[in-house]
Amino acid sequence: MSHQGTEGTLLTNNVQTNNIENATAVTAIQQKLTTRNRNIYRENLFGRIVALICAALLILLVLSITYFIASKGLSTFFVDGVSIKEFLTGLKWDPEDEPAQFGVFPFILGSFLVTLLAAVIAAPLGIGAAIFMTEISPGFGKRVLKPVIELLVGIPSVVYGYVGLTLLVPFIREQFEVLGFSVLAGGCVLALMILPTITSVTTDAIEAVPQDLRNASLALGATRWQTIWNVVLHSALPGCLTAVVLGMARAFGEALAVQMVIGNTTKLPESILDPISTLTSGITLNMGNTIAGTPYNNALWSMALILLLMSFAFIMILRIMGRKKLSNR
Amino acid sequence: MKRMSKLFMAFAFAATVLAGCGTGSTSSTPAPATTEQPKQEASQAAAPSSEQTTSSEPVTAVGSTAMQPLVEQAAKDFMAKNAGAQIQVQGGGSGTGLSQVAEGAATIGNSDIFAEEKKGIPANELVDHKVAVVGMVAAVSPKVGIDNLTKQQLIDIFTGKITNWKEVGGADMKVTLVNRPKSSGTRATFHTFALDKNEEAEGITEDSSGTVRKIIAETPGAIGYLALSYIDDSVKALKLDGVEANAENISTNKYPVWAYEHMYTKGEPTGTAKAFLDYILSEEVQKKTVTELGFLPVTDMKVERDAEGKIK
Repeated sequence: MSHQGTEGTLLTNNVQTNNIENATAVTAIQQKLTTRNRNIYRENLFGRIVALICAALLILLVLSITYFIASKGLSTFFVDGVSIKEFLTGLKWDPEDEPAQFGVFPFILGSFLVTLLAAVIAAPLGIGAAIFMTEISPGFGKRVLKPVIELLVGIPSVVYGYVGLTLLVPFIREQFEVLGFSVLAGGCVLALMILPTITSVTTDAIEAVPQDLRNASLALGATRWQTIWNVVLHSALPGCLTAVVLGMARAFGEALAVQMVIGNTTKLPESILDPISTLTSGITLNMGNTIAGTPYNNALWSMALILLLMSFAFIMILRIMGRKKLSNR
Repeated sequence: MKRMSKLFMAFAFAATVLAGCGTGSTSSTPAPATTEQPKQEASQAAAPSSEQTTSSEPVTAVGSTAMQPLVEQAAKDFMAKNAGAQIQVQGGGSGTGLSQVAEGAATIGNSDIFAEEKKGIPANELVDHKVAVVGMVAAVSPKVGIDNLTKQQLIDIFTGKITNWKEVGGADMKVTLVNRPKSSGTRATFHTFALDKNEEAEGITEDSSGTVRKIIAETPGAIGYLALSYIDDSVKALKLDGVEANAENISTNKYPVWAYEHMYTKGEPTGTAKAFLDYILSEEVQKKTVTELGFLPVTDMKVERDAEGKIK
């Protein structure tokens, strides 16, 4: 636009001395510049409608998925008459038994255990890597460490599962003289998978800490490490927590990689070296084999509903933390 | 820029419409393509339907993942012989196959088990086509050091009564069970014909045969069950009461742990579906494809079994 503008004024200056062809061109340009462009309205309207349709579609999609899962999942309780309490706290899972038993507590416990374990392993690693990348060696960190960690995102979960099954499970078996398929194996695989999320979100949080704070701390005589630990990490703490919760949300919903290394028993584990089931593994192992509309199938949908509600809960936690972070500033 | 984006959107829209046509309607001719690139794809897609010989409705065969390689290969060969016939093969599990065919969403439902065995399926509306037989065999890691179990020993192992291999003459090693999910057809077959319907104890649970084999091979003292086609050198297939799981013993029911592979249709099949099912039961497929993929030809069976497991 600005280019056109200067050209226009230049031409206007020369208009009297130059030939007629130029003059007509000038008037055309002048007209273009002075009259309002009708196309703009059309384009604006077009763009707005396209954007609106996209947004509406997205909202519709989320609402319909929620409705679909809820309607299927709730029929366990309203159509098949399983009590919600029995469903959530029952320890026995045998939907093809007579009478059928729908206790999904072992699955819920399994999901929480592997998720928590993954967070416990990945949080220190991720935050440590983020500190290294921002505070200690930004050059090397940004050039080497960051791309390496981002590569982890691109690895498909089935590959994580297969690597876990081939390396991690035998390792745990030999080290602890147990089966190998365990909460620990699931937690380790998940930790590796959520490490990139935690690292990159924490990096952003640490980078957002004002340089003045660091300078002031150093000026008061604090060492570099004291500054990092007490000042930088302290003020980036809400961001770090957000990172961990985001990672946990991902871990909670992961199915394939976990399923391959946790053994999928519906018995309650006695230690983290025992095998276990998660909600996701329970669904993936059985969904294809059950008949739509049967209590067994509905129970799987109820498990999916629990997963959906959990991810809503994670999002709520993130939003609340985000609001607190804003009000702190 | 403006033009580019409009063009792009037009492309995207056209692509969506074309894709919709392909899956949705039954006898659609693709809309005449106006632009260069989609033209090629469209003409490729249109080619089979333009020179059709048999009836044109595409046949979908959905269900059992164990049967998928067999049905896919047969469909490929069938389509190569019959220009114009379209057969789509999808996995999803036996349960999915049975419910889809019962709802009329799929032409053929592939299943590892009888429709009568699944609750919630109107089995009387479905017509059973038994196309192959699959033998299942208990397998252990080679280090266990046994090659035969009596049925009672097998039951005691899977119900958790026997917990160490030395009790049945093997190495001093803890027994680790590798089960299939409760809803699995493979588990149902093994449960009925190998364990005489005794409830299995808890163990590791995996669905995919490849994963189960890997776990059996690598976990000391592991025992699980596999379709015969999955047996290789990494695992040891066990004889049951001294009877080896092979084609001959299965065909006479001397070795009892086997199941039919079913292809169900809703009502009697017609048109392409009928031709396809006849083709699968033909000598050519039974003797070649079925055998090559590790199944046993259903035409070789000397006994017949019904949904209740009774031998005729």
